[in-house]
This record gives sequence, C-alpha cells and structure tokens, in this order.
Amino acid sequence: MTTTQDSAVAVELITVIIDGFEVSVPKGTLIIRAAEKLGIQIPRFCDHPLLDPVGACRQCLVDVEINGRAFPKPQASCTIPVEPNMIVKTQLTSPVADKAQKGVMELLLGNHPLDCPVCDKGGECPLQNQAMSNGRADARLDGYKRTFEKPINISSSVLLDRERCVLCARCTRFSEQIASDPFITLNERGALQQVGIYENDPFKSYFSGNTVQICPVGALTGASYRFRARPFDLVSTPSACEHCASGCDMRTDVRRGKTLRRLAGDDASVNEEWNCDKGRWAFKYVTALDRLTHPLVRNAEGVLVQASWPEALAAAAAGLKGKRAAVITGGRVTTEDAYGYSKFARIALNTNDIDFRARVTSDEERDFLAAHVVGSATTYRDIDLADHVALIAFEPEEESPIVFLRLNKNFKKRGLKVSAVAATRSIAMNKLKAEFIKVAPGSEAAAVAGLSLTAKSLILIGERASESAGLFSAVAALAAQTGAKIAYIPRRAGERGALEAGALGSLLPGGRPVADAAARVDIAAAWGVASLPSEPGRTTSEIFAGLASQQLEAVVVGGVEIQDLPDSAAALDALKKSFVVSLEIAPSAVTGVADVVLPVAAITEKSGSFLNWEGRARAFDEAVADSQNRSDVRILSMIADAMGESIMLGTVTAAAREFNQLGKWDGSRVQFAPVSAGTAKSVNGNEALITSWRRLLDMGALQKGEDNLAGTRRPTVAVISAQRATALGVTSGDQLRISNSRGSITIPALVDDIHDDAIWLPRNSFASQTLVSLDAVHGDVVTVVKA
Amino acid sequence: MAADQRLNQEVMQSIIKRYPRSRSAIMPLLHYVQSISGYVTNDGIELISELLEIETAEVSAVATFYTQYKRKPVGEYHVGVCTNTLCAVMGGDAIFAALKEHLDIENDGVTADGKVSLEHIECNAACDYAPVVMANWEFYDNQTVESAKSLVDGARSGNPPAPTRGPNRLVTYKEASAVLAGLDDGLAREGVQAGGPTLLGLKLSKEGK
Amino acid sequence: MSKLTPVLSAHWDEADSFTIEAYTRHGGYTASKKALAMDPDAVIQLVKDSGLRGRGGAGFPTGMKWGFIPQGDNKDHYLVVNADESEPGTCKDTPLLMANPHVLIEGCIIACHAIRAERAFIYIRGEVTHVVRRVNAAIADAYKAGHLGNGIDVTLHIGAGAYICGEETALLDSLEGFRGQPRLRPPFPAIAGLYARPTVVNNVESISSVPAIISNGAEWYQSMGTEKSKGATLYSLSGHVNNPGQFEAPLGITLREILDLAGGIRNGHKLKFWTPGGSSTPLFTDAHLDIPLDYEGVSAAGSMLGTKALQIFDETTCVVRAVLRWTEFYKHESCGKCTPCREGTWWLVQILRDLENGTGTEADLEKLLDLCDNIMGRSFCALGDGATSPITSSIRYFRDEYIAHVTHGACPFDPVKSTLFVGAVN
Repeated sequence: MTTTQDSAVAVELITVIIDGFEVSVPKGTLIIRAAEKLGIQIPRFCDHPLLDPVGACRQCLVDVEINGRAFPKPQASCTIPVEPNMIVKTQLTSPVADKAQKGVMELLLGNHPLDCPVCDKGGECPLQNQAMSNGRADARLDGYKRTFEKPINISSSVLLDRERCVLCARCTRFSEQIASDPFITLNERGALQQVGIYENDPFKSYFSGNTVQICPVGALTGASYRFRARPFDLVSTPSACEHCASGCDMRTDVRRGKTLRRLAGDDASVNEEWNCDKGRWAFKYVTALDRLTHPLVRNAEGVLVQASWPEALAAAAAGLKGKRAAVITGGRVTTEDAYGYSKFARIALNTNDIDFRARVTSDEERDFLAAHVVGSATTYRDIDLADHVALIAFEPEEESPIVFLRLNKNFKKRGLKVSAVAATRSIAMNKLKAEFIKVAPGSEAAAVAGLSLTAKSLILIGERASESAGLFSAVAALAAQTGAKIAYIPRRAGERGALEAGALGSLLPGGRPVADAAARVDIAAAWGVASLPSEPGRTTSEIFAGLASQQLEAVVVGGVEIQDLPDSAAALDALKKSFVVSLEIAPSAVTGVADVVLPVAAITEKSGSFLNWEGRARAFDEAVADSQNRSDVRILSMIADAMGESIMLGTVTAAAREFNQLGKWDGSRVQFAPVSAGTAKSVNGNEALITSWRRLLDMGALQKGEDNLAGTRRPTVAVISAQRATALGVTSGDQLRISNSRGSITIPALVDDIHDDAIWLPRNSFASQTLVSLDAVHGDVVTVVKA
Repeated sequence: MAADQRLNQEVMQSIIKRYPRSRSAIMPLLHYVQSISGYVTNDGIELISELLEIETAEVSAVATFYTQYKRKPVGEYHVGVCTNTLCAVMGGDAIFAALKEHLDIENDGVTADGKVSLEHIECNAACDYAPVVMANWEFYDNQTVESAKSLVDGARSGNPPAPTRGPNRLVTYKEASAVLAGLDDGLAREGVQAGGPTLLGLKLSKEGK
Repeated sequence: MSKLTPVLSAHWDEADSFTIEAYTRHGGYTASKKALAMDPDAVIQLVKDSGLRGRGGAGFPTGMKWGFIPQGDNKDHYLVVNADESEPGTCKDTPLLMANPHVLIEGCIIACHAIRAERAFIYIRGEVTHVVRRVNAAIADAYKAGHLGNGIDVTLHIGAGAYICGEETALLDSLEGFRGQPRLRPPFPAIAGLYARPTVVNNVESISSVPAIISNGAEWYQSMGTEKSKGATLYSLSGHVNNPGQFEAPLGITLREILDLAGGIRNGHKLKFWTPGGSSTPLFTDAHLDIPLDYEGVSAAGSMLGTKALQIFDETTCVVRAVLRWTEFYKHESCGKCTPCREGTWWLVQILRDLENGTGTEADLEKLLDLCDNIMGRSFCALGDGATSPITSSIRYFRDEYIAHVTHGACPFDPVKSTLFVGAVN
C-alpha cells in the first residue's frame, strides 16, 4: 500500500501494531507519532515533531518487539522509527512501560517546584497535564529540592526560572537547529545542568519567543506576558500576522477586551509552528498608540476638530466629489480593504490613480508585478524542492523571517545551495553558508545575468530591487532563460493582497490589465457599471507629483507612514496642497495635514484576510470586539454612498465574497518591457554608495511601546570594508559620520565583508533612518568620514 | 575585542591545526587559556569563540561541562584528594579533612596567599597506590595525613616535594595546563617509569610465582 | 609455572621502558611492519581469530568491531582510542601508558591499517599530566622514527575531567568539541562516528594487545584464557590487600589465586566485598572467590568483568558508606542529558545519606530499590545503569547492615579502622 505526496513520489507505508491496533504509517515515522494516529497519547517532553529526536527525557518509554524478538528494556518511542512486524505496547497495555513512565515522571516532578498557582504555564502545562494523566498518585521524594536564584533575564524579552526546567533541551535545540542562533545552551553538568547564555551575550535571536512557546514547563516565560493572566481566562482567536508577508498563522489571546499575547499557529505549509518575535510580541501598538477614536474634520479656521461620522463622511464626500482624485493605500491593508480602495478609486473617483506601494518604487517594478507576480503561485514548497535559491535584493531573516526559517531548514536538512547578489554579507548569509556575489550598489542586474540556475531553481526577489535599475528585468530574463521560478517577496503583509485586488494603476482586480478592454468589461459588468476608466493610473511618485503640481486635487490615504516615502518632506508639502481624506488608526504626519480623518479598526479589532508572498490567503476574525466595525472597506463604502457612487461593500464578508467571485484573469498578461541594466555610480575619496534594508526589529510604527522587544534589536552599525576602514583609520566600534547635502547620520562602524565602494546602514533603526535623515536610497552617494 | 594580550594567537592557531575540524580544538584551547590565566577567563572564551567561529555560548557550554576547567582562579598548586570510595576508605577522607583544617579552606577553596587550592576529586586511576593525592594532576601515591600536609606546606613555601610518579619537580598549575593543552615541556623523560605496585605482577612472575 | 603471563607488562621494570629505544630494543615496531605488509582484511581476520575482546569493559570482539567499518566507501575512517580511564577502581591503562606508550602507538598503526584509517586519535583523560607528557613524547618520537607520518597519523586529545567521556559516543562528541553527552544510536560509530565518518573506538589495552597478536599469531593468543575469553589481561588489585598492584594473567584466573599472589587480605582482616570490574559492576563477596574472572564466569555469577578492577574491602568497611560514596560519584559525573540518571542520582544520594547517618528508615530501603528499578534500563546510556549496581548488589548481600544503621541510629563502623594508616594512628 502506498500513498503519494507531491503526486510523484510514492511513500512506502509500514504497518505496525500498537496496543493491539494496526496502523499504517509512512516509512520513517517514529513510534510516538504512529501512536498519535491511533489516538494513543504517549507522554513526552523532549520530543517535538520539528526538532531532531534526542531521547533525553525518557518519558515516552514503551515496550517494543520486532519479528517476535522483544527489546529487553523499554525504548524511547520518540527515537525509534516503525519497522515491519513491530509490536508496540504503550502504557495502556504494558505494565512495564507504565511503571517506567511513572518512574520518570516522579523523577521529573521531584525537583520541580510546586509553584503552579503562580506559574504562567499553569493550566496549559504539559508537565502538569501529563503528571495527572501518567504520573503516580502520591509523592515520596521528600528530600532537598534543587534551587536556583530566580529568575534570570536571558534577554529583555525572555526570562528563565531554572528550577522549573526539566532539561528537555527543546529551547536549545530550537535555537541551534531551527534558528541557527545558538545563544542559549546547556551549561554545567549532571543535576546542575541548566539552560543559559554566555554572561556577556544575551539571547538576541529574532526567533526567541518560540522557545517560550515550546517550553513544556514554565521555565521560559515572555517578559511581556509573565504574571499577566491565567490561560483559562483567555479567549483565543485564530489570526494572521500583519507584520510581514511571510503569512504566519497566529493565535491571539484576549482577556476582557485586551490582547495579552499572540502565539504562533500551526500551519505546516507556511510557518510550521514558528513565528518571529515581532509577530509574537509587537501588538501593543493597538493600545499604546494614541488611537484615533472620533472622526476629525478641518474647520474653516484650518483646525482639525472632532466631528460626527455623518459630518465627516459628508465632508469627505464633498471634498472628493467631482475632483481629480487619487488613492494611496499603504502596505498594511487587508485584501478586503484593498479591494475596497480599488473599487472606490474606479467607481467613486473614476480613476485608476491608485498605488499600494507607499515606499520607494519604480515603474520597472510595477510592470514586473503585472507581468510576473500577480496571479503567480510560487510557494514555500518550491523552496523545499529547489536545487538552488538565489536571493536578489532580499535579506530573508530581516525582511521575511519565516522564509529564512524555511531556507535554513532546507540548508540544514539537505544542504540547499543559496546564492545572494548583494553589496554586503548578512548574518543570514553566514547561517545559510550562502554564496555571496559581491557587487557595488546599483550594479546588481549585471551580476544576476551571470547566475547559473536550472529549471528547478528559485529566485527570491524583494521590493528593494526597485532601487537598482534593470534588476527586475535581469531576473525576468534569467528566469526565462533557465526556467527557474520567481517569487516576489514584499516586506509588508498587505502588498500581495493589494496587488491582486487591483490597488495599482495598471491592474484591475484579479490581475486584469487596465489597458485590456475585455478586462475592463469583465469588471464593469461585475460591478454593474457601464464602463471603467481606461487610462492606466499614476504610480505613487506620480500621484505625489500630481498633487504637488495640482494636476490632482484630492487624495484618499489609507495607512501610510510618510517617512517610508522618498523625499518625505516634498510628499508632505504635496499633501498640504491637496484635499486629503485619511483613514488611520492613530495620529500621523498624514492625519496632521488631512482635511478629513476617519478612524479605522486595527488588526485585532476587525476581520479580514491577508495574502502572503505566495498569494495564500489567511483569514482572521476580530479578536477584540469593535462596536463600530470600522474596517476601511466599510468606511469607503459609506463615503461612496455619501458621494452617490455606491460601491456596495458594507461588510468585510461582502467584500471578500465579491472579490473571490471575480476570480483570476485568464487573458494575456501585461507585456514586460525590460529596462537596461544599471551601473554603480562612481565614487571618489571618502564617498561611498549606500546600501540598506530595514531590520526586522527597528523603529517601525507597529513596534511602538514594545520596550522588551526593542531590547533584542541588533545594534545600529555602519558596515564598511576593511579597505575603507584602513583608509579612514577606523576599526569596529569607532564612530562614523555618513552625510550628504540633506543631512547626516553618526553611528559606530563595523568592519565586515562588504564591497569596497559600499556602506551599509539600517534604513529605519535607532539613530539611523536613511530615508528621513539623508533621503538616500540604494546606490546613492554619501560621504563617510571618521566622526 | 580587547582580548588578554598574553593569549598567543599563534599558539592557539597551531592547536587548531591539529584537527581536521577546528571545533575539536576547543578543549586544548581552554586548557591553553588556563595555562596563561590560571582559569577560564571571559577573554579566553571570547577569543576562542572568535577563532573557532562559534558563539560564545557554545564555548561556555563546553567550559562548564568539564570539571578541570575552572571559572575562577585556583592556586598555583591545585591539590586534589581522591575521595572516591576506595581512596576515601583507605584514608582519603581523613587526608581531605586534615588538609581543609590545615589550610583553613573548604572544598574548592584557595589559600589567601593564592598558593594552594583544594578539591576533592574522583578516582584518578591509581587505586593500587591508594590513598592518592594529585597536585597539578601529578601523582602523589600512598599518602598519609602527614605526607599530604608536608606536600601543601612545601607548596606554600615554594618548595613542594616532587611527585611520586612524575617529573623531578612539581610544575605549577599553569605549567601543567600547558602540558594538558598538548604543549611539550620537555619533562617526559623525567621520573620513574612505574611504581612498585605497577611492577608487582611482573616481579612475581619473574620469581616464578 | 607462574599463573602470570606478562606480555604488555613484560619490560615495565626497565627504567627507560617508556622510551622508543627501549621499545625497539625489545622488538617494538616490527609487528606494525609485518602488519603493514599484510592485506588489511587479513589483519582483521587475524585479530578475529585471536579472540581478542574489548578490554574497556563491554568485552565486544575487537576484530568484529573492525569488520563493521564499511570498505571502499571513499570516506575518511578514524580510529579513536579510549584512554579516558575513569571508572572507579580502574587503573590499568594509566600505568601502561606511563610505562610503555609505544605499544599503543604501534597498535594504532596496525588498527588504522586494518580499518583503512589514516588517522587515529587518542583521547586521554586530563587528570594525568605525566602520562600526557609520556604519550605526547612517544608520538613525537614515533614520527621522528618514521613510524608515523607515512600515511598514518596519531593525534593526542586531552580531556578535562568528565567520567561520561569514557562512553564512546560521549567521547566522540567531546572530541568534536561539544559537551560530552552520549549520542543517540543508531547511527553507530562504525557507520557515523567521529565527524560522522566510520569510526572504531577501542580501549587502550585492546589496541595495545594487538602488536603481540600480530607478532605471535592468533594461536598463541588463543592458547591463553578460557573457551570464550581468550588471551591475557591486566587485573588491577587494590584496597585492603597486603600487596596491591597490576597482575597480567590469562582470563579466567580467580580472585583467590590473585590474592594468593598478592599476599592476601591485609593481615588480621578478612574479605567482605569486592568489585570484579569497577564500581559499575555489581559487588561480590567472599562467596565469589573462585569465580573464573572471564566475561562468562563473572556474568554468570551476576556481575560483569568490566575493567577487571578488583577493589577489595575488608570487614572494617561500612558497605553503606562505600555505596554512598560511589553514588555521589555517579551524581557528580552524570552528564545531565537524561532524566533517570540526572534526577535519580540526586535522590539516591539523599536517601543513602540518611541511611548511612542512621536517620533513614526501612521503608527507605524499598524506596531505594524501586528508584533503582526506575533508573536501571531506563537511562540513555549505561552510566545510569551503573549507578544502580552498587546499591542493588549491596542490598542483596548486606541488607542486614543497612537495617543495622536504621536500628542503631548511626553508622556502626569506625572509619579509622579501615584506613591504610590505622596502625600508624594507633
């Protein structure tokens, strides 16, 4: 009997008997997992399906017989794969296994404190639960218990109570095997063995929160949740992560209307059981930010004042009606909200002037998205199957951490080859032992042409490619030539959904080209309108230029951080000249210059879905009730109604249903017009070409108020080559001043493996905000001197 | 990183080159750090981490596993009294108790002058010479309370007696640590090839017994 | 005719026995020359035919172990010599290496040739400075003489104090630069050992026995010992005897015979209990004086030959104290990886301490035995099993003495009486 996986590979099944019941499982399945298939729960602590078997805790001992030959002693069911003619007797049918398990449980409890009533884990604790189900009824170990000074802060985010630890080593194995961050280890020996850090280096891993989640006792706790709640007082809601495009399944736990924690959900296709610390621990912004609670309208004196919803909606409608108006959505919108903006632009504003890319962009990127990304279906599974992955303008650990974990898994399990075209080496490249193709910033396209890929290869390209001319074109050409797959991985959670929803000047929902008359007819019919505007819309920069020149008179802005834009001062000036309707959760630079401000729901307060970089949808319900149901799409619908141009999207459900019914475009795609490869600018003396990305943990608005999380940020440094360091007479740690005509940044140097002409600094970290301070993007020239 | 300048990176690199994979050198490197600093210092851990390209936590995980690596200074003469069962019964317990009192220190303690530290140790593979005392991991066989006292007294006055089976003089803790790092101190040919008990069977056989 | 058969120890009584000059003077490095001229498989066959079994404690046939190494796999192979002699009572490899390190090096050359390895590592415990000097100097001299460096290299690796590293997979992890904790098996070292390459791990005495087997042939070796335990070996006698020391004798000799040679139990005293092969082997008493000390004989009597570490205790010794001390040793040396050993030894020590100082109860004895039952065969490696051996065997033979501590409310023994210098004190 066989079953199939990936349709091609047949998997051999092995039949074993466990407690008298037959079960057939794929070859290689561990006994403990085969038993689970029968509903037989063998107690365990060190075992974790995503970690290598270790057999350390000895809790899962069972009796095993193969071909009539019995093992003389019970075996750890978490380490032994099933074999033909195997008979297993668990605690349910073997008194020996039952006694062995009770004996181990007694020993685990012997040194465990009886502080369950004050322990975070109490009520959801595998030790507590399994002690009840598989432990002795009475205690007889009455000597001295092991004690430790408690607790230890192993980072600003994670605390360790060593006396609670059962030394299963899940946390240390996770850190080493999954995250490649062996900053926590087992230390000392024997009964004194304990988890710990090296005293001068805390547990600064982007994935540290997973260790808290998989700790089977209350030894590892999160600083922001510790002592806050009892599990049985929490209401859990499945959710999706809004922080990046990785697409993690999540769970949000709420008590009395307040989110107290978020956990990684279990989606084997995406995040398996992991997530990153930002996804786990950055949620207080919802309450920490000074949330907008009422609509605001700018009065005759030019002052924003509170208004009622009908007043504000009327003001917005009046300001937009009949105007030459555009829409900028920002990258955090749900798919349903993006669809609302898309439809609003076309119907209420009669324009294609809409762009979700509130950041540095290029027309080459827009055309690449339309030609190669919208409707595409490259997935995490393609990483598992790839013979070679090329990283282009994409730093996986910082920009899509679950993609990094999947790359790392494939590197560790099967030695996946990874190449990266970049100006500087990254930590992730070291972990993945990636081939580093070092180029001067701006000259990436030429290097891409030289990659030797195959039809089984995968190219992961990030949005920063729009900062290097010809790079998207070179990738498209390489894919065409080799047959390699392409995956575009944006940084933000809403971008792929917005692309599919048509929140782009050249595309209607479902990837329908605006320029294609049949596509327009398709959508016009679905929307019940006679026609749609046929002129392709402006891009983000064109919209701001249009506002500045007053060719455009009004704009609807949904969730945009002005400092994400190139030349943010100019962008703000442009907004000041225009009629601005801002949909926001909290006051921002945009709301400050807006004419009408409409407060919307934050992620936990609304339902919706995100499409991750794969195009995979993850829907979520509201975790915290919001009586006004203020999802953007509903408010847009109300504005449209007030304008007399109904878009009929009164609820998220309605928007989702309508969008899904539209389906994907099956006509011809937009033809991609290649852009010629760019070259690096020339530098002299103390000049350098800037290269940069956003760190996972930085000054991002959604991390506001998370001081514990901020404590695990990577240090702000400017990376320069040894050659430049020598020329400047600096070593790592010395201060560098990086400047141009717009401003300067002064931060410590780090001498590392970077192109001699380049300097790397974080784009939006403490003391280093390159867009704000320098208005400099990748490849721009800056002057670097010793400070 | 401002590492302890006494740590000679050339020597450390030569230790690393002994092995097909650099990480294997972690144990001799830790012995080497002790040969320079007298214990495993943070500087030593950080430098080893840098040279082997592994995390500091991974180095300290190893350093804390093995009893011989000390995370605080020991004496110039580190004295270990075997108190595993056989030596303990045959006098090791009495010797250890007497030395604690004599030196006025506890287990793992160091005398105020930094000369002698004391530790009760496990079986040191010299049971036919019980009770056994080790000083800087050199053998002092068939010890008594008095002989052990004169060993530590000699050590404190800078003139310890020579080991029973070892070189002609007792080297210091740091010097012994260098030997344990695999560095040659030229003393291999000094001292006896064997003690009496080692040769007993051979002697009896030659006597035809 | 002498019952003793000095082979390994034959020239230890020469003052320069540890030098390459002395070793070659007695025909050293001719066996390796002979072996290197042989087909590797023929060397393995010869060692198989000799019946040599592992001298580190488990007694696994050495030639068979070598035969497990996959051939023609185009991978590096390794020989690793376990010189981490740490089992309480065991003191044979240490004097061997101090007196004649070259025999081990020559054995390494032969074994490497047989298993097609180009490199051997000798993992020696770190608490024996002078032995380290001797072995390191011997390796250097063997290189100078051209015995090493021509296709076979030997590297000395020095431990740092961890009994668990005598367990072969823990030793390999330690040698790779990790904490010395045992590895999950399979894969076994013969398939994926050091650096995940096929590896043979052998005890010092096993490898040192090989040169003589090559020189004198399998039949010569077979002529010594018993039916299934061939050859001669080092028995290490220690404790309350008049003359402790090393006795190289054919397998199967009895303790009574060795005691006769050693002048008996110390004068005026009588044998109470002893270990046949270190503290991890269940205790014997005076009822076991005539057990043949070979793998089968000791096993049939309920213990293990182990490392042939004959620790002798006379009637002045409190067995509870002795067992407590061994248990404290296992607690100190538990690597911490698995629950039964790490946690079990923690509680065993406490219960034994209570029993020893007279504050225990008879019920504690049953608790002790039940805990041992929950540790024995439940631990990750044999260290946990070994920790229970002294306890269960001592209760089997000396339950009354445990009870006497309970009823007496204190230990009924005077520890001074069992010291070596009791006479001097009196």
